[in-house]
Amino acid sequence: MSKTLVIVGTRKGCFLLESDADRRKWAVRGPFCEGWPVYHAVYDAGGGTIYAAAASEWHGTAVWRSSDLGETWALSSEGIAYDESAGRKISKASSLAARNGRVLVGVEAPGIFESTDGGETFSLLTTLAGQPGSEGWDKPENQPPGHLGISSLTFDAKNDSRFWAIVQGVGAFETTDDGATWTPRNRGLRADWPREDEEVGFCVHRLVRSDDTRLYQQNHVGMHRSDDDGHTWTEITEGLPTEFGFAAAAHPHDRDTFYVVPLDPGHGRTMPDGRATVWQTRDAGSSWRALRKGLPQEDAHIGVLRSAMTIDAYDTPGLYFGTSTGQLFASNDEGESWSEIASYLPPISSVEVAIVD
Amino acid sequence: MADVHLPSTLMPLFSGLPRRLDIEAATVNDAIAQLEHTWPGLRDRLCEPGPSLRTHIHVYVDRERATLATPLDERSRVDVIAAISGG
Repeated sequence: MSKTLVIVGTRKGCFLLESDADRRKWAVRGPFCEGWPVYHAVYDAGGGTIYAAAASEWHGTAVWRSSDLGETWALSSEGIAYDESAGRKISKASSLAARNGRVLVGVEAPGIFESTDGGETFSLLTTLAGQPGSEGWDKPENQPPGHLGISSLTFDAKNDSRFWAIVQGVGAFETTDDGATWTPRNRGLRADWPREDEEVGFCVHRLVRSDDTRLYQQNHVGMHRSDDDGHTWTEITEGLPTEFGFAAAAHPHDRDTFYVVPLDPGHGRTMPDGRATVWQTRDAGSSWRALRKGLPQEDAHIGVLRSAMTIDAYDTPGLYFGTSTGQLFASNDEGESWSEIASYLPPISSVEVAIVD
Repeated sequence: MADVHLPSTLMPLFSGLPRRLDIEAATVNDAIAQLEHTWPGLRDRLCEPGPSLRTHIHVYVDRERATLATPLDERSRVDVIAAISGG
C-alpha cells in the first residue's frame, strides 16, 4: 500500500508527516537535521532519498540526506564553495531539485551546484555568469540577510537537461543544456519599479510547471501564466484579493487548475482580513474562487512562504501548505476542505509531498 | 598536547567525536587539520574559504580570542565556541 510522505523544511530542522493514500490521519516525525535551519527539503523518488538544503549560523551550508525515509541522516558540503579567488561567499543553500540521484542545489550568492552521487559530493554547475542582472547581484546592498540567491529550481517534466532557475529580485532563467547557457524568461511580466534591462529586474516568487507548455507563477506583482514555456507571460490577477503572495501549486492532471495564497503586500505579508484562504482557478486564471472550508476564518494572520505549498499526484490530488508560524494544513480533495495536520512546528520554509510505495 | 574543547553542536555530525580531546599541533589551523583527518568534513563546519574561522565560531587559546594562525604550545587550552545565535 502506498504511503503519503509530506516533507517539511523549517527554521529548526526537517519534519516528516506520514499517512496512507486516504490522507486523513497523519503521524509526525522529527525534528531531523539536528535542528539546522532548512530552507527547502525534497524527495527524489528515483533515488529514494530525502534531501534538505540547510544553513547553520554556526556551521555553514550543507545538504542533509536520508535514504531510509528519515531513519538516519548524513550531511555533506564537500564541493559547495566558490573558488576562493572569486571573492564570493555562500550564505545558504536555499533551493533544491532532485531526480534519479542527481541533485541541483541553488545557493546564495547566486549559483547552482550539482551532485551526481546522491548528495555525497558536489561541484559547481553554473553561476549564470554574464546573464543580464548578474553584474549587480553580488553587491552587498542586493544581498540582505534573508536573500535566497537562487530561490527556486524547477525541472522540466521530461528533459533533465532543461530547468528554470529564479534569481531572487532579478527574474526567471531557463536552460536547455544543463546550465551551459541560459535565457531570461520574463517577457510580459509586470514590474512597478524602474529597471535597467528590459529582460530582468522582475520579482518572481514561485514558478510551477503545469504540463508540457504551461507555466504559472506567483510574482511580487501579480499572478501570471505562460502557454509557451515561459517565453511570454500573461497576467491573471483579476479576481484575487491581492496581487502579492509567495506560494503556488499547479494541478497535476488539469492544466487549467492552479492554486495561490494571496497575502497583504505590506510588511505583514499575511492572509487578508485574518481569513486563511487558498484561491483556485479552474479556467487558467479567468476566474478565481476562495477555498476556506476547514481553514481558520478569524484572527488567522498567517503567511505562507514561496516553497511552502505543494500538491500530490493522486487521482484526486491533495494540497498542503505550511505557515511561517508553524501550522501545516492539508486537503485530500483538491482544496475543497482542509484540516490542520500539525499545529506547533517551527516556522515553515518548504512543504513537498511524495507518494512512496 | 593542547587541550581542545569543542562545541556540542558538532558531536551529532561526526561519529565518535568527543567533546574534549588532546591534540599535538603548532597552531589552531593545524589542530583543525588534524580533526579533519580523523573526521572528514569537520573543517567545513568551523572554517570558510579564505580560509578563516566562520563568523560565529569563536576560538579562544588560553582565554584569549584566537585566529587560525594563533600558535599553540603543549599546555594550551583551546575552546571552540559556537557563539551568538538567536532563538
